[in-house]
Amino acid sequence: MSSTAVIVEESNKNLWGGGTAPMKASYGKLMMWFFLLSDAFTFSALLITYGLIRFSHPAYDGAVAEFIFSQEYWPIPEKVFDAVPFLHGIHAPLVFVGVMTFILILSSVTMVLAVEAGERMDRRSVEKWMLWTIIGGLTFLGCQAWEWSHFITGTAEGGKLLDGSVFYGANLQINQYGPSNFAALFFFITGFHGFHVLSGVVINFIIFYQTVVGKLERRGHYEMVEKVGLYWHFVDLVWVFVFTFFYLV
Amino acid sequence: MEQVSQVEVKPVNKEKVKNFLRVMWYLAAITAIEFGIAFTIPHEYKWGRITVFILLTIVKAYYIVSEFMHLGHEKKSLKMSIVLPLLFVVFLIFIMLYQAQAIYELIN
Repeated sequence: MSSTAVIVEESNKNLWGGGTAPMKASYGKLMMWFFLLSDAFTFSALLITYGLIRFSHPAYDGAVAEFIFSQEYWPIPEKVFDAVPFLHGIHAPLVFVGVMTFILILSSVTMVLAVEAGERMDRRSVEKWMLWTIIGGLTFLGCQAWEWSHFITGTAEGGKLLDGSVFYGANLQINQYGPSNFAALFFFITGFHGFHVLSGVVINFIIFYQTVVGKLERRGHYEMVEKVGLYWHFVDLVWVFVFTFFYLV
Repeated sequence: MEQVSQVEVKPVNKEKVKNFLRVMWYLAAITAIEFGIAFTIPHEYKWGRITVFILLTIVKAYYIVSEFMHLGHEKKSLKMSIVLPLLFVVFLIFIMLYQAQAIYELIN
């Protein structure tokens, strides 16, 4: 074999001519990016749908302090999402979603630390930070489960429907907070995001497991941690937008 | 059966970790500012509030994508392949909000 020479023709050495990674990223990482791009379109469509439906309903134009739930206009989000677990009856607008936002940001930080540990082949640290990321994800899911159950159960006062009867909570047809579409969009958008968090936790767990059994170490690199990291940060990114457009605006 | 790892573990890249923690504080601070605005600026300034919220959200998104997802340090061709297609979203926002106005006038 020593007589075999590798001939590289200079004319073939163009960037897109094959044999190199033109974007300096592996195939798997690129495909993760393009998947995330398509997922970004999906979430954009959902949030823009929220905007479309919201602005095709009348807005509440009275004084904010006197706001009551009505089917006539779109509710003010901070009047709907004002409950915190264990603090029943206390008006604490957006506090709980704020906590959820911080949990997700923190789990993004632990993820990025896992990626950093993977780059220097530090299996111990990868295990530690992946585990923290999984715990953060599960905590977020628990918060969301509470949020949903509170939304579905409703408040003690309930809300008046158009026929004058009082309704408590929400389902896909009617809800006490406002027009039917308000609850439908809440379930769809936060549900779709929550499902992403759930799948993210599952994928993170698989990679955590592969780290623990030493599979990634034997492979010689921890790029899988980086790839699932991209997905996990994307879930955090989407929540930043959901937080703004569903809860703040 | 203690297995001794043959892999050489490099020391922590302190610069990188510091940068991540810096971004974390930025994100936390921006979220805190959003809360501050939500409860101090009255709802009468509806479009002012919405504009500031959207701008702050874009700043947060920039930090997450650029630093956490490392896109800011990738090659320009990769950056552009991800960012440029998102211009279609901007287009969709405007046509759909315009459409919303039309639906509003139709049913009210």
